[in-house]
Amino acid sequence: MRKIVAIIFLTIVGLYMLSLFAQIPFGKPYKGVSEHYVEKGIEENRGSNLVTSIVVNYRGFDTLGEVTVLFLAATGLSFLLFSCKCLREFKRIRSSLVLRTATDTLFPLILVFGAYIFIHGHLTPGGGFQGGSVIASGVMLLFLAYRKFHVNHKALSTLESLAGISFAGIGLLGLLYAKSFLANSVLPLGQWNKLFSAGVIPLIYIAVGFKVGAELSGLIADMISTTKED
Amino acid sequence: MAELLQYFMLFLIVLMLALALFAVKTKDLLSAVIASGFISLVASIVYLYLQAPDVAMTEAAIGAGITTLIFVITVRKTKGKEK
Repeated sequence: MRKIVAIIFLTIVGLYMLSLFAQIPFGKPYKGVSEHYVEKGIEENRGSNLVTSIVVNYRGFDTLGEVTVLFLAATGLSFLLFSCKCLREFKRIRSSLVLRTATDTLFPLILVFGAYIFIHGHLTPGGGFQGGSVIASGVMLLFLAYRKFHVNHKALSTLESLAGISFAGIGLLGLLYAKSFLANSVLPLGQWNKLFSAGVIPLIYIAVGFKVGAELSGLIADMISTTKED
Repeated sequence: MAELLQYFMLFLIVLMLALALFAVKTKDLLSAVIASGFISLVASIVYLYLQAPDVAMTEAAIGAGITTLIFVITVRKTKGKEK
């Protein structure tokens, strides 16, 4: 009985998906809103990285949602880990000289590279999410190399909240000074392919970079400092 | 030259499939985690070839770096062997 129900259900879902996908032309340019982005995107936003223009400006509200999802995931993880009884101070294994020396050399470079990625998000590939995760992987390296390394959770969560508030605040400024939430007409657009261009897009991506970096670093810190050692 | 690059991509995709099979079949969970991290690294090269550098960056940083570490910590917290 259950199998018959499952087969009927799967058939209905499959037919529905088939009828949807059959309408999408395969291998041909799909006429839709994407054409407008490709043709007018650079003119409207003055950012030479079109992906960033779409992610932060045209689909800015979705990005705010994504950042919120990440925040909820990190909060949920730390809630789960701190409510269980497995939290205790622990002894980490002493790492090798090679790892420690490499970390000393590489950590500042990784930090600068992450900052470069999210500051130049509107010019070169990458952006807030990528830069933030690069910074978090640098913090991960510090955790691996040094036994006594700790992060200040209060400072991290303060930074994270400030970044989130500034993202939403920039959106509200758009609502105040232009006609829509997250509108890109608060700041002058500037000249194409310059660092100070593309209006609020770099500001939003810097905020996203700080937020993602702080969140992922806090997540790694939570995971590592609740590891049971025996 | 372009043909050579295509064969290289074919090799990478076959490598990804083989690693995925290994990750599913192996009993040692740590090896499975390392294999899936390696899949992410190879996938980021493929994304770069397909001209999606944004996605390649995310895949390399999150898929190969942070996810692997989180899984390694989880394996250490649990038993690390599949039944």
